[in-house]
Amino acid sequence: MNFAPETSIDIASAVNRATAPSAEPKLKVEKLNFYYGDNHALKNINFDIPEKRVTAMIGPSGCGKSTLLRIFNRMYQLYPGQRAEGKILLDGADLLGKQLDSTVVRSRIGMVFQKPTPFPMSIYDNIAFGVKLHESLGKAAMDERVEWCLRKAAIWEETKDRLHTSALGMSGGQQQRLCIARTIAVRPEVILLDEPTSALDPISTSKIEDLIDELKQEFTIVIVTHNMQQAARCADITSFFYLGELIEVGPSNEIFTNPREARTRDYITGRFG
Amino acid sequence: MASLARRRATDYAVKAISTGFAALSLVFLAWILWTLLSRGLPALGPHVFTKITAPPGAGGGLLNAIVGSLIQIGVALVIGTPIGLMCGTFLSENGRGTHVGNAVRFVNDVLLSAPSILIGLFVYQLLVVPFGGFSGWAGSIALAILVIPVVVRTTEDMLNLVPIGLREAAFALGAPQWKVVTFVTWRAARAGIVTGILLALARAAGETAPLLFTSLGNNGWSISLNAPMASLPIAIYQYAASPFEDWVALAWAGALIITVGVLTLNILSRLVLAKMK
Repeated sequence: MNFAPETSIDIASAVNRATAPSAEPKLKVEKLNFYYGDNHALKNINFDIPEKRVTAMIGPSGCGKSTLLRIFNRMYQLYPGQRAEGKILLDGADLLGKQLDSTVVRSRIGMVFQKPTPFPMSIYDNIAFGVKLHESLGKAAMDERVEWCLRKAAIWEETKDRLHTSALGMSGGQQQRLCIARTIAVRPEVILLDEPTSALDPISTSKIEDLIDELKQEFTIVIVTHNMQQAARCADITSFFYLGELIEVGPSNEIFTNPREARTRDYITGRFG
Repeated sequence: MASLARRRATDYAVKAISTGFAALSLVFLAWILWTLLSRGLPALGPHVFTKITAPPGAGGGLLNAIVGSLIQIGVALVIGTPIGLMCGTFLSENGRGTHVGNAVRFVNDVLLSAPSILIGLFVYQLLVVPFGGFSGWAGSIALAILVIPVVVRTTEDMLNLVPIGLREAAFALGAPQWKVVTFVTWRAARAGIVTGILLALARAAGETAPLLFTSLGNNGWSISLNAPMASLPIAIYQYAASPFEDWVALAWAGALIITVGVLTLNILSRLVLAKMK
């Protein structure tokens, strides 16, 4: 089968069918190419991510889905030799361009990683660290913010009596929810989740999936996952990546029940990947 | 293919040989410690800590040498630690795989293994000759040059152990690099960094050669960094080779004080490390 690099996928109509009337996309990826040195890792990606929806990115290892996620908050810029060409519009402003500072982009687009990454400090300070970078709150306001985001991340009840103890003493699932709370605390508009449950047990996983469902009321969520059931359960929109190309994107129920592309079908039925 | 019996025999032999050599090295360590304790302990007394060095037979102690050592090591740490910490941080956070980073790392490794007497001669040419005299400053700076490469190396190694993911998580919240380093990376590696500083201190405490041409030693009471300054290693060096019994006894006492001091620091650093983990 032949996919021309110019393949443009009209997802606006697909999103319309899946969800309520769609406004302008929160993130609009235009003709994005990405290189690790000489390795052409993402090829001419055009992709709209709607606001306050969960968009999942699936595909076999090395297909470029995590790479794309790390471009959204300019994480790739920490590494010399990694290079992006094209545009990613955040509410219409190109976040790859010079007009937006990377610290500003990252405060608007938060990220939660595969492995829980609590900082070596107390639960409270883990959250306050990010908030203090962007706002100067008094003690009462900070206390309120900490409680707010811990409640949002469904971990307040477990932590309220130990806010000033080290975050390293929590279980893996709690640490991951703390990391989500820490990300929410900065009040981003978009939350990127990079395989957020792959290091967790089934109970913690289901808590985080419930949480994702809650969070989409307020945030735009992009999730990379290897778990196709997870994408089917959590995501409104699912996109399938293969060998650096965006093969197909559409409402999750259509992708998982009636994909248009043969390669998507082969992947979701487990014939490769 | 070797039979099971042969494999067992090889296993036994290798174990026996390595255990034997481990025991041999412990024997020498125990021997040194035993000699030090048996000669140093009888020589210890209040006078060692309350009286300054005096001519043979006059009942002197080591007070000026102990204080001089503490001052020079203290100044060396104040000068050397920030430089070493910053340089190690640069190597780990910005210098990985860059030409500048590789060059700095190589030079630092050379400095780490440079004979300490060279450092003494270098500071002699740099500070003693132009300023017309031996001084506590010169001694402190020579010790600082000894401290820096140790701190650089341990700081870099410890920071390299901090997972990239932790740094990325801090960057992902919108933190600028200096905040990532000071609030997250240093904090995650602090136990190892503190250990490195204590090890550097222990190394500086026992060195004689860098002080011979720099702070020289002083048989009077002086805590001025602008004048020659006494130190324990120099006092040991002078006294141990002398024909006077009371001086030789003081040399043993001084050696015991340094050893116990360094040992305490090592144990302390291990406790700090264990507690922080």
